Order: sequence, then structure tokens, then C-alpha cells
Amino acid sequence: MNQQNEQYASRFHGLWALTNRELKKWYKEPFFLFISIIQPIIWMGLYGRSMNISSLFTSNPQIPSELADQFMKQTFGTSDYFSFMAVGMLSFTTLFTSMFSGMSIVWDRRLGFLNKVLSTPVARGSIILSKVLSATLRSIVQAAVVLLIAFALGLKTGISFHPLNILGVFLVIFLICMGLSALFVLIAIRSTKWETQMAIMNLLNLPLMFASNTFFPIANMPEWLQAIATVNPLSYANDAIRQMLIYDSINLQGLLFDFTYLGIFALIFASVGIVLSWRYLSK
Amino acid sequence: MNEVIKTEGLTKIFNKSLVAVDHVNFSVQNGEIFGFLGPNGAGKTTTINMLITVLKPTEGKASVLGYDIAKQSTEVRSNIGVVPQEYTADEDLTGYENILLCADLYGIPRETSKKRALELLELVELTDFRDKKVATYSGGMRRRLELSCGLINRPKVLFLDEPTLGLDVQTRAATWDYIKLLKKEYGMTLFMTTHYLEEADALCDRIAIIDHGKIVVIGSPTELKNNLGGDIITLSIQGEADISGLIEKTGHVKEVKKQDGAYLIKAENGELTAPQIIEALRKKGHVVTKLSLTKPTLNEVYLDYTGKSMRDAEESKESFATRRMVMRRARGH
Repeated sequence: MNQQNEQYASRFHGLWALTNRELKKWYKEPFFLFISIIQPIIWMGLYGRSMNISSLFTSNPQIPSELADQFMKQTFGTSDYFSFMAVGMLSFTTLFTSMFSGMSIVWDRRLGFLNKVLSTPVARGSIILSKVLSATLRSIVQAAVVLLIAFALGLKTGISFHPLNILGVFLVIFLICMGLSALFVLIAIRSTKWETQMAIMNLLNLPLMFASNTFFPIANMPEWLQAIATVNPLSYANDAIRQMLIYDSINLQGLLFDFTYLGIFALIFASVGIVLSWRYLSK
Repeated sequence: MNEVIKTEGLTKIFNKSLVAVDHVNFSVQNGEIFGFLGPNGAGKTTTINMLITVLKPTEGKASVLGYDIAKQSTEVRSNIGVVPQEYTADEDLTGYENILLCADLYGIPRETSKKRALELLELVELTDFRDKKVATYSGGMRRRLELSCGLINRPKVLFLDEPTLGLDVQTRAATWDYIKLLKKEYGMTLFMTTHYLEEADALCDRIAIIDHGKIVVIGSPTELKNNLGGDIITLSIQGEADISGLIEKTGHVKEVKKQDGAYLIKAENGELTAPQIIEALRKKGHVVTKLSLTKPTLNEVYLDYTGKSMRDAEESKESFATRRMVMRRARGH
């Protein structure tokens, strides 16, 4: 009965175990992966393909096609609206996945699993971080699948595109998902009702998307909406991914700013989550 | 260290008004099974949750294995095992995966935890089901899985919250056997809560009866039953003669009451005293027509100390439901 030698209880060990639990539940059920990417596919396939904005110009014989191209590039940064919105779908899947990380902590609480974990020596911060980390890893895989499908459906890369840019895209997904899932876990940290979480998710998801550059550029929005969209981290994620994937040239300064904004966003919410977990996970 | 658990004025107040546990003092000795007996809503789970450092006490102190539950919660957590009231295993994982997950949470390295997990599955007789998802387990199997998770870190003290709640008679008996085995084979100290009188009687070395958050009495089941004044012999004779005086003279008889033509006799060692009474009466020419012997149960003890029987104490349904809801919400279920 001597367990003095196993008292080291390494922090990383517990964090990885909890993260792995979430991931296992996910990859053992391919249905979840299917569900989580079916929505962006519907958006891309139905909305993205039918909302053919460039054809508004090209179908009009009075507008020369070069001018039409210029119009499109000025507004969307690319001549192809489908490519523009397909990038938005990457952050869309990420938003959804991170919303569910808040949900899962409510379930753990209700099913008593959280109580059991709290009675073990695992660091409280690891409980929060495991939710964030697993959502982030899931998002990256899902974004990769959505990206592949977007390519299959006809996403056009910009002239300056380099395959290594894909790594940058995943870094963006990593940061935005870390911040968002930490935020949603924080909202759920004391909640015992999954109905409330569901309502919050439904209330937030569309407004968060429309109040960003996911579907339309910020410049054409009314002023009050612009104000929201410029704080919305989704706008920065979309802009960064578009620069790296579909724009013809990269505005390095802008890209750097995008990354900084997303980095700070992720860092702030992840650390607030860890700090509050000590206080609020147990009463 | 003799006192494994010790509390001083341990108190929990929810939402500033609901006193769930009210200045509770007790200590649990090394190697004993200590039971908290009381109706639902008496504060048993709240006490256990404070001792396992999931809830913070509002007032008072407690130590487990010499560690302060408030200041050294990590040390407490690493050295105890917990078997919660609910089924907490992850249904989407297999039994084996669940035990390994528990082991990881205690920071036990994989080589050790794999070996231990297999041993524990053997102990709780789940080896054949180790690779089945927990969702397919029966209630008894899930309870056994919880038990093995609670033992993964080889704890010196194990906390069991209502270990047989909702189990059928056979599974309950099997669970009792496991609990006895842990005490006997591993010298483990066990702290358990229950609202089954038979369970407290069958398993616990000492019990504390808790009612409305307060401990009413602590003692071994035998002690508590003996405190009541012994067994009750009920006896009737042929004819109308008053034989109270005669019975009182017999050894070990403490009290005689005449009620509805029968005599209620309180006596120690009823099974020895009853034949003596019959013999004494026969010598005086009285014929005994009816005789029964009742050993006091914990229900009588409970009745004696709280003024109500255990079943009545389950509170009126409505007030109990509200109270439980408030407590659950406060506890976070």
C-alpha cells in the first residue's frame, strides 16, 4: 500500500488523459465528424454555389469582363465569391466545435463525471484546458476535411499561394478555436442546464457569423455592424486565411496584425479559464 | 496514525440559508468501517463531498490522513479513493478504458496502471466485459466498475456514497462482500453513507446517525442497540392473575409493562432470560400461552434518538423534493 513513489501526478499526464477521452469519444463515432462537417458542406454547396455574385456582372453584356473582375476583386479580394465564402466555412466549423466544448462540460457535470474528476488530484486547470485542447484538435481535423471539400467544389487559390501557407491556415484555426472554446467553456463553467447552453449557442451562432466578414466584406456594412465586426475575432481569422489562400497578394502587415489579435484573444480567454477553474469548478 | 478522519465543527450552508451539515464532530479510526446513517437529505453526501474536497466547508475543520481538507486538498485527493453515488463512468468508453482514465488522473504511469486495471477487473469480476462499452453494463456491473475506479490508486481510505443504492438484493449482498474484503484483506479504512438500516448493521464497525445535518449519536451497532435496554419479550398466560412482580424478580429483567392483556418485558439477553421466566412461572403454576422475542434493530435505535422512524423521516414528498433540488443545484448536479 505504498504509493509514495507515484505521487508525482504529472500535470501533463492528467491533461492528456482528459483530452484523449474527448477525442476518443469523437473518432470512435464517425457520425460526429460527419454531422460537424455536413453543415459547412451544405452552405458551400447550396449557398456558395448558387450565390454566384460574379455572374451578376459577367451576364451583363454592357460590363466588360475585365471590369467585372476588378469590381469583384475590389469588394471581395478575389474574383470568385465561392472561394470567399468557402474560407468563411472553415471558421464556421470551428465556431460550432468550440460551442460544443461548453456543452460537454455541462454534461460532465450532470452525469457526475466532473465530480469524480474533481475528487482526483488532477489539476483543475487541466479540466478546462482538456476541453479547449480537444476542441482545437477536432477543429483542425474538421477544417482540413472542409478545406479538401472546398477544393473539390472549386476553391481557387490566389497567385501568391504556396502550399506551406496551409500550415498558417491551421495555426489560425488553432488560435481562434482555443479562444472561442475557452470562452464557451467559461460561459458553461457553473451551468447545470444543457438547455441554457443550447439556447446560448443558438442565440450566438448566426449573429456571430453575420457580424463578421464570413459572408460579406466589412467595408460594405452599416457603421454599427462594422463596429461589431471589427472586434469579432472571426473577422481576423477569415482575413488571415483569405490572405494566405485566395488573395493574389499578401498584405504582410495586415496578416501580422490578424495573428497578433488572434493570439491575444486565445491567450486571454485560455488563461482566464484556468484562473477561474480554481474558483468556480467546485464550490 | 490512529485517526484517519477527524472533523471539528464541520458545517456547510448552501445559498446562505440552507444548513445541510451543522457543526459535525466525529473521528474515524484506522481500519474501521464507519457509516453515516440517515434519511435522504440529512446531509450525508454533503459531508462526504467536503471530506473528498469537492465542496468547500462553510465553517469548521476536517483532516483526512492528517491532511487538512482545505489547505492540503491535493494531498488528500491523491491518497483517498472515492466511489460516488452516481454512475460516473464514461458510457462511450469500455470498462478497461475507464479504469485506465482514472489511473491517468492520479498520474499513475501506464505500465503500472495496466497491470492494476487488470487485477481490479478480476477482483470485481468484470474481466469478461473489459472491452465492452460501459453503456451495455447492468447497474450492478457499473457499480462494480465504480468500485474498481475508486481503488486504482491503492487508497488508504475509501469513501463510498450510498454504495448499494438502487441495487437488487443479490448484487447488494455481493457489494457487501467486496466491502468486507477490502477491510479484511487490505486493512483499508472505509467511510460510507447509507440510508439502509440493514446495511449499516451488517457492515459498519461504528455508525453515526445523522438527522437534519446534525449527528445524533455515534457508536457500534451492538452498543446502540444495547443502549436501548435490551430485547423485548412479549408474553401471555392463561387466567387473569397479575404476574408482573414475579417476572421482575427474574434475573436480567429490567422493566415489565402490562399492555392489552400481554406483558412487555425489557430484558438483556432475551434468549436466555425467556426460558428462565417460563420456568419461574411454571413453578408457580402459571401456564404460558404465547411468547415472542424481539431483538432491537437499528430502526428502534433510530426511533429512540430522533423520535421518528426512518421511513417517516424521509420527509413529506414535497418538502423533500424542494430541499433536494436546492441542494443538488447548489452541489452542481
